[in-house]
Amino acid sequence: MTEFLQHLVNGVSLGTIYALIALGYTMVYGVLKLINFAHGDVYMVGAFAGYYVANALGVSERPSTAKAILVFLGSMAACGLLGFLIERLAYRPLRGSPRLTALITAIGVSFLLEYGFQLPRWSFMPFDFPPGPTPRFFPQPFERADWTVLGVSISNYDVVSLLVALGFMVGLQFVVFRTRFGTAMRAVSFDAGTAGLMGIPVNRIISGTFVLGSVLASVAAMLVAGSRPRIDPIMGLMPGLKAFVAAVFGGIGNVPGAMFGGLALGLAEEFVAGYTVSSFRDAIAFAILILVLLFKPEGLFGRVTVEKV
Amino acid sequence: MRLARVAAVLAAALAVAGCQQKKEEAAAPKASAVPAPAPGDRILLGHVGSMTGSEATFGDSTDKGIRLAVAEANAKGGVKGKQIEVKTYDSQGKPEEAAVAATRLVVQDKVAVLLGEVASSRSLAMAPIADANRTPMISPSSTNPRVTKDGAKTRPYVFRVCFIDPFQGTVMAKFARDTLKIDKVAILRDVGNDYSVGLADFFAQKFQELGGKIVTDQSYKAGDQDFKAQLTAIKGKAPQAIYVPGYYTDVALIARQARELGMKQPLMGGDGWDSVKLYEIAKGALDGSYFSNHYTPDSPAPVIQEFVKRYQAAYGQVPDSLAAQAYDAGRIAVDAMQRAKDLTGPSIRDAIEATKGFDGVTGIINIDADHNAQKPAVVLGIQGNQAKYAATIAP
Repeated sequence: MTEFLQHLVNGVSLGTIYALIALGYTMVYGVLKLINFAHGDVYMVGAFAGYYVANALGVSERPSTAKAILVFLGSMAACGLLGFLIERLAYRPLRGSPRLTALITAIGVSFLLEYGFQLPRWSFMPFDFPPGPTPRFFPQPFERADWTVLGVSISNYDVVSLLVALGFMVGLQFVVFRTRFGTAMRAVSFDAGTAGLMGIPVNRIISGTFVLGSVLASVAAMLVAGSRPRIDPIMGLMPGLKAFVAAVFGGIGNVPGAMFGGLALGLAEEFVAGYTVSSFRDAIAFAILILVLLFKPEGLFGRVTVEKV
Repeated sequence: MRLARVAAVLAAALAVAGCQQKKEEAAAPKASAVPAPAPGDRILLGHVGSMTGSEATFGDSTDKGIRLAVAEANAKGGVKGKQIEVKTYDSQGKPEEAAVAATRLVVQDKVAVLLGEVASSRSLAMAPIADANRTPMISPSSTNPRVTKDGAKTRPYVFRVCFIDPFQGTVMAKFARDTLKIDKVAILRDVGNDYSVGLADFFAQKFQELGGKIVTDQSYKAGDQDFKAQLTAIKGKAPQAIYVPGYYTDVALIARQARELGMKQPLMGGDGWDSVKLYEIAKGALDGSYFSNHYTPDSPAPVIQEFVKRYQAAYGQVPDSLAAQAYDAGRIAVDAMQRAKDLTGPSIRDAIEATKGFDGVTGIINIDADHNAQKPAVVLGIQGNQAKYAATIAP
């Protein structure tokens, strides 16, 4: 029983990460109908941005709450800027082209970030950038505490991550359905051309969506790197892929769906690894998802869209 | 507008290409530092190592060991009146990069002897290239038996100066049974790594032969962030120790997560643990754990103390076992070239194969019929976040 509960805690902790990344995926898809494959790499850049800020502040020697907040803000700002630049330079010029073109560009941006970060340090950079393929170790932004409840160990990182993810989910729902920006987002998502004719600044709304999604990715990166400290340039690859699956599973474009999908995937992986053969971890978790999608292709919370003729 | 964008993309591409070139120059700093003698006057040794990546300290230590051996040989007049030069290419910790680097050293640079790699997966990628181009290759530290084998037959051009995993696995199994008196062990292996899988298999076989029990056999993939699912499953089986034959980055993270789950069992492992980074990352989580290794710098043996002194004088740090193995590999390469009748691949190969009773830092090295070295192993225990000598186990 203790073992089961521990798996449950681990699974929720893992699922929370997928959920945080999936929220960003789903939001960009919801507005643009573009699968932003570079999202996992924005997550990676977020981790490195936080790492550089933390090093500059000397977090590993003397951690403090003020520094932790600065690390979060620094990383969020860097990722927001990166999201803006990616959208402005890579996606906007292709706005009118077929969706496949944008998709391939997204994969290109993803590779550019992954392999660009593996280059050796540029001599003119004042700090260690690009980092190269050697993994780095992220200093803990705030003190880790492990509690044991009924033989199950839970850390404050797990609790904070889950609360942050839930908070973001509620916040996003609020932004999308209760604010002017959200209304504009939904209008752009429904029909960008017509929304433009109605006076909605389509480009600005799409930029804003990217910035918001990228900031979410950076928060996810900070929470993950705090408890699982290894960061390297391809760290975004698998979590990005899994978060994408989580988003599809919950119904892509749907915010609570992404949250649910992330948690479900985390738990599926955890229980498969814990109770069956651990090498099948990903295989069985993904097989379950395929089964769900076979019977409910729009995802658990997705809406069936009827093609109008 | 469109043209401007194309220009920007091109500029970015050029900048990236420029950096690529810089990396290659950086890989061989010695070559440009010393005035290059005429091509006929020097002998090239090639080294493929993981200078960056998850096992960066392996490549770094190995490179330092090789360069120390070569510098000493050059100070004594080189080989057959020629100076030796080392050319190092980075494998980034990837087998495919190791194969590319090996091909480049053998085909383009025409090195006399190819040295490397540490990781068995990467040596396995290089071995067929050395064989096909008839260039002798010496791996300083790859312990998987298949490295020198092509199916059942021994690869003619591939050698190593270390013991192999059937022995290394046995060492830890014996130590766990006889010294630690442990009955129940769990295994956590890296399924994507030839070294880890081999070592886990040999350990399990010997441990069960000695009357011990393997309670569970879990796996992970190198680069995983989260090991808690496997560790929780292991915790449920209550083993007395966990055998984790992986590389240092993963092992240190596994140790930390095990402690976070409240598991107090010692971990046990192999020479893949040997890195200063292990202690930096683990931050004390590995105290009470043991691993098998090739040598210990604490040994009072004069040959070891002499080496430690010279290495410290050159690099200002204590050599780990990978540096010691690389030093031996470099010296054996030099020794074989001295003895060879000329500097062609087949002659050097014959000379390496005839190496007998070579007094290396890591023990007396005899190359056997399978191109392996027969040497004793040491077991190191970790206390106060430092490795301390625990036992020597002979083959």
